[in-house]
Amino acid sequence: MEVYFDNSATTRCYESVKDIVVKTMTEDYGNPSAMHRKGVEAEQYVKNAAKTIAGILKVQEKEILFTSGGTESNNLALIGGALANKRSGNHIVTTAVEHAAVSQPAAFLQEQGFEVTYLPVDREGRVKLEALEAVLRPDTILVSVMYVNNEVGSVMPMEEIGKLVHEKSPKALFHADAIQAFGKYRIFPKKAGIDLLSVSGHKIHGPKGAGFLYISEKAKVQPLILGGGQQNGMRSGTDNVPGIAGLGIAAEESYQNLEEKNEHLYSLKERIAGGLSEIENIKINGMPLREGAPHILSISVMGVRSEVLLHALEDRDIYISAGSACSSHKRKPSAVLTAMGMPKEQIESTVRLSFSEENTEEEANYFLQAMKELVPVLRRYSRR
Amino acid sequence: MLFHAFLIKYAEIAIKGKNRYLFEDALVKQMRLALEPVEGEFQVIKEQGRVYVLCPEKYDFDEAVEALQRVFGIVGISPVVIYEDQGLEQMKKDVLSYMQARYPDFSGSFKVYTRRAKKSYPVPSMEVSAELGGVILDAFPKASVDVHNPELTLSVEIREKIYVYSETIPGPGGMPVGTNGKAMLLLSGGIDSPVAGYMIAKRGVKIDAVYFHAPPYTSDRAKQKVVDLAGLVARYSGPIRLHVVNFTDIQLYIYDQCPHEELTIIMRRYMMRIAEHFAKESGCLGLITGESIGQVASQTLQSLAATNEVCTLPVYRPVIGFDKQEIVEISRKINTFETSIQPFEDCCTIFVAKHPVTKPNLNVIHRSEKKLDEKIDQLMKEALESTEIIEIK
Repeated sequence: MEVYFDNSATTRCYESVKDIVVKTMTEDYGNPSAMHRKGVEAEQYVKNAAKTIAGILKVQEKEILFTSGGTESNNLALIGGALANKRSGNHIVTTAVEHAAVSQPAAFLQEQGFEVTYLPVDREGRVKLEALEAVLRPDTILVSVMYVNNEVGSVMPMEEIGKLVHEKSPKALFHADAIQAFGKYRIFPKKAGIDLLSVSGHKIHGPKGAGFLYISEKAKVQPLILGGGQQNGMRSGTDNVPGIAGLGIAAEESYQNLEEKNEHLYSLKERIAGGLSEIENIKINGMPLREGAPHILSISVMGVRSEVLLHALEDRDIYISAGSACSSHKRKPSAVLTAMGMPKEQIESTVRLSFSEENTEEEANYFLQAMKELVPVLRRYSRR
Repeated sequence: MLFHAFLIKYAEIAIKGKNRYLFEDALVKQMRLALEPVEGEFQVIKEQGRVYVLCPEKYDFDEAVEALQRVFGIVGISPVVIYEDQGLEQMKKDVLSYMQARYPDFSGSFKVYTRRAKKSYPVPSMEVSAELGGVILDAFPKASVDVHNPELTLSVEIREKIYVYSETIPGPGGMPVGTNGKAMLLLSGGIDSPVAGYMIAKRGVKIDAVYFHAPPYTSDRAKQKVVDLAGLVARYSGPIRLHVVNFTDIQLYIYDQCPHEELTIIMRRYMMRIAEHFAKESGCLGLITGESIGQVASQTLQSLAATNEVCTLPVYRPVIGFDKQEIVEISRKINTFETSIQPFEDCCTIFVAKHPVTKPNLNVIHRSEKKLDEKIDQLMKEALESTEIIEIK
């Protein structure tokens, strides 16, 4: 049995996504900027995707900008957002647990002379509102916070953050990295005070190389990719029609029966957490199971290095992630887990399981059985 | 300028008598192998004490030269322009056009060196040189002749056609692979062992390799890294037969039975035993390691003696006296460095004790190994039988 528990890394495409990708590659393959019928046909796919996504977020179609994925969306939000608003101030706020696609652009902006404040998190990986309140200033121009943390599944209090930001820093844009949240939570940017919102297609059973950035019509963002002026000049380059069309379908399908699917994910998570509690000395990280994201479960199997556990499970066709691991070589311990105050030995033993609607109870049981067999053996052999 | 051929120079001093043709045949074979991936039909020919590459009408000059620069045994590569033999007058015109195209403003000292491979050619070599020299002097008023220490030597070989060349691109030196038997390289994925393999291959030795894989403690990426490294070494050494040994059970058994600080030494002794098994099986005449004195605990003189003890074949350690930096320089030159430094665990580092022995006592090690008697033969047998063989081209 193959068990794929690495859905926060990427997911399998829906069949419906594959079909539309193939169709737009082989039949309706026109360039949407072309004047002829072939172009108009292709443009229709882009418009439909924008319409679907705008409907889900309850925003306007023109506020959806298609990108190459989460990293580009985050880069544009941070760098484009900061550049366009630098006359209003110089201060940027983000958190200590962001994905590199946010923290690296933030570091770049710091090098360019912006002042960047990194907010701490609590032991569950949640940003502290008091800390945010304390650092917001009138000259804060951008606040970037992830909706769901990719390593531990902690969920940030986005509405409260949005409210605080706009109260204390009226000139600031509020950017939400929703890459792990879209398709799991109903997100309404206007209600939550979110001005910019990043989403990636392949995390929601869509194609790789496609994503979008919601840009509130009130927000000013400096385009970073210049050229032929596609997408109203906000991002040049021929539209990735297959990617965008697939993204639209994936967004639509992932929100169908959402509550039911989330219940399924939570029950998988609970089943696994419950089963693991029968093995001694396994820690469950992050927020309480039902309060954290439905699809992410971070565990620390004390005494077993995460990479070793990963490869031992791989041997049984079970796929998980140890991306947060620290190896004996040059890789650094996870910044997220460090910021949560986790001790080094625990960080080295932390792995992430991430589920999708396609995972089954049977798979969860198979995983638990494998863990019960492997963990005692792996624990016997460790660096003394 | 379009070159029609390459004249290959090799170290002739080292080869005499009967060995000469062995050497040349191996060189020709390795050159053909090296040129295979280069687009176009190249002909490698050996005649009258010369090895030539005849080039196709269209080819990538740089790519062909780079391929030849990886063939051990080649000391120099001279790009040649070939002209039809239509008499001395035409030869003068051809040589002049060569000079004008190659060195349009030539103003230094030169000499013409003529060699008649075709002895029936009516004009003696010295005379041809003198005639051609005169033509060049007339056309390049600032040039001068210096037969002892010229800046430029224009070589003219008279065969069925006229071969003209004036430059030599350095080759890697060494001896053609295949002229000095075969040896088994212990390839770890680090910086040192690919360099060691390269250095021994350079002396004409064909290489086979063995890698110790320890899943789940080492990943498929670590294995792929070793396969990639073997591929990079094979660019010089020719095809490598890589043995991938699953070492996990042996390693864990040692871990269970033996004192922890001796783990690395005992493990390495078993690696040497396994490597020697495959070496003997495939007709290798020695083992090669990337060890360098004192680099890590297992490479002190005492530790080297302890691992050396289990082998009957000679163990070649070409980087034994090199500093890390010197090894790194070679690994950069042969393009293995970037691959070697990818951070994947190898099975030597995974269970390393905090304080491994640096001066192992052989008696103590023997006593510890006694504790393995019960199962080690069976585990060795299983490891040998389950070894995967990958042919690296």
